[in-house]
Amino acid sequence: MTTVSSTGHTRRDFLYIATAAVGAVGAAASLVPLVSQMNPDASTIAAGAPIEVDLAPIASGQVIKVFWRSQPIFIFHRSKKEIDEARAVDVASLPDPEADQKRVKDGHDQWLVLVGICTHLGCIPLAHQGDYDGFFCPCHGSQYDTSGRIRKGPAPKNLPLPPYAFVSDTKIRIG
Amino acid sequence: MSGQSSYQPQNAFMKWMERRLPIGELIHSSFIVYPTPRNLNYWWTFGGILSFMLGVQLITGIVLAMHYTPHVDFAFKSVETIMRDVNYGWLLRYLHGNGASMFFLAVYIHMFRGMYYGSYKEPREVLWILGVILYMLMMATGFMGYVLVWGQMSFWAATVITNLFSTIPGVGEAVVAWLWGGFAVGNPTLNRFYSLHFLLPFVIAGVVVLHVWALHVVGQNNPTGIEPKSAKDTLAFTPYATVKDSFLMVCFCIALAWFVFYLPNFLGHADNYIPANPAVTPTHIVPEWYYLPFYAILRAIPDKLTGVIALLASIAILAFLPWLDKSKVRSARYRPLYRQFFWLFVATCIGLGWLGAKPPEGVYVIAARILTGYYFAYFIVILPLLGIFEKTKPLPNSISESVLGAKA
Repeated sequence: MTTVSSTGHTRRDFLYIATAAVGAVGAAASLVPLVSQMNPDASTIAAGAPIEVDLAPIASGQVIKVFWRSQPIFIFHRSKKEIDEARAVDVASLPDPEADQKRVKDGHDQWLVLVGICTHLGCIPLAHQGDYDGFFCPCHGSQYDTSGRIRKGPAPKNLPLPPYAFVSDTKIRIG
Repeated sequence: MSGQSSYQPQNAFMKWMERRLPIGELIHSSFIVYPTPRNLNYWWTFGGILSFMLGVQLITGIVLAMHYTPHVDFAFKSVETIMRDVNYGWLLRYLHGNGASMFFLAVYIHMFRGMYYGSYKEPREVLWILGVILYMLMMATGFMGYVLVWGQMSFWAATVITNLFSTIPGVGEAVVAWLWGGFAVGNPTLNRFYSLHFLLPFVIAGVVVLHVWALHVVGQNNPTGIEPKSAKDTLAFTPYATVKDSFLMVCFCIALAWFVFYLPNFLGHADNYIPANPAVTPTHIVPEWYYLPFYAILRAIPDKLTGVIALLASIAILAFLPWLDKSKVRSARYRPLYRQFFWLFVATCIGLGWLGAKPPEGVYVIAARILTGYYFAYFIVILPLLGIFEKTKPLPNSISESVLGAKA
């Protein structure tokens, strides 16, 4: 027999609410594995180990494409003219202002390393096309300059830079 | 709205059954004696056609799943195996692919019918919203099915559409990686799309049950937009609606068969016969025709986040239609101004569809912006204002009077 307290709440009310609360927490916790299983799995993450790329065969003006973490990485050996073009523009006037010097490694001004995925909706831009001698995305018309910065079109950001370092003057390690 | 329980089971088995599971009574009251407005025209037959097409897609889809391999190395190949080696595989796949197009054609006619005759208005709001949910489920299902082919268009459609989620502030990138199960569209993505493409049609079937249930609670709208008032205003579902539905269904099947047998690839893209290549984006990517208007809206807006919001809003706004249209009169027959704006809206949707297939440059972008402007203005400016300012024509006293004249 339960006794009715003066406030109208019984021990049984408490038990109902406590049981329901534990049940709700349990149901919510069961969502964790169900949601988490869709994230990149261990083998996908392990496959994202750093890669080394030899730069020696890349001619001046050439853009090569390598894959790291299943994403295309552009390595652009820029000519003097292309570097000058990227540096001549007023940085403050850009949609996503960033100086060209910040987008390359010191002393390696000719090497531009980019994640070759349009920041709009993920297509792969085409090199040496568009109004700025850089990259042009065929999907929705975004245009990037010779520093991979967005200049025109719907993409909101510059082409991102992958983490990389120079191992020697002619070799980089991406990742 | 269900008729009087006039069902009298004839044979002993059905009598036995009726006392345990009254399914005979349910079918009898819902599809035999169910009263339908006597003035329904052929635009009202598309609900039945849609149910039929869902059945076609389910049957051909389950059979195709017996031959398809959801793996990046085998998916494209298994589709070609279906086309070349599997007995009647070419027929089943062409039926499924063209069936999806015809399914969308039917749903667009069904939706425009609802808009023309004001079928979304009180008390049919929930019926309409369930329809909008069905349409969204169809879009998701159609998109994922297209990805399974794993051609170039499949791969890049998957990339572009999943990237729409990257616009979510802060967590966008994490959400996209979660959708992909990797750092790009890949095998995990294909696998889960296969699983969901199999699941969603059954979800659709479930929501269809709710949609039909809601329909049978509030009853069908009709070309006059006024409710049936007496028995003279209605006819029994069978044979009247059954025969009318069946006739147009046969005509519709002829159109489907014409595509399947004579133009099986007319609505597709040649690029999708190139196996998916994550290194190269095709120079001109476009979605299937039934998504083109929304694609045009996305591309009309030069800002990424705003473009995605406009794309989603252009679909979601349909759910609010019952409250945006303030007019008390349902049918466009008695709304002279609304009728003109409606047909302009239909033309806008078709125009956006045409622009969605054009390259995103120059005059096409400007035209797409104008039409996008009208698309939204129709919902949030024109419809609310028409409810206040439009002078509607007098309504007939009853459905039977509108059909038979005042003497009836």
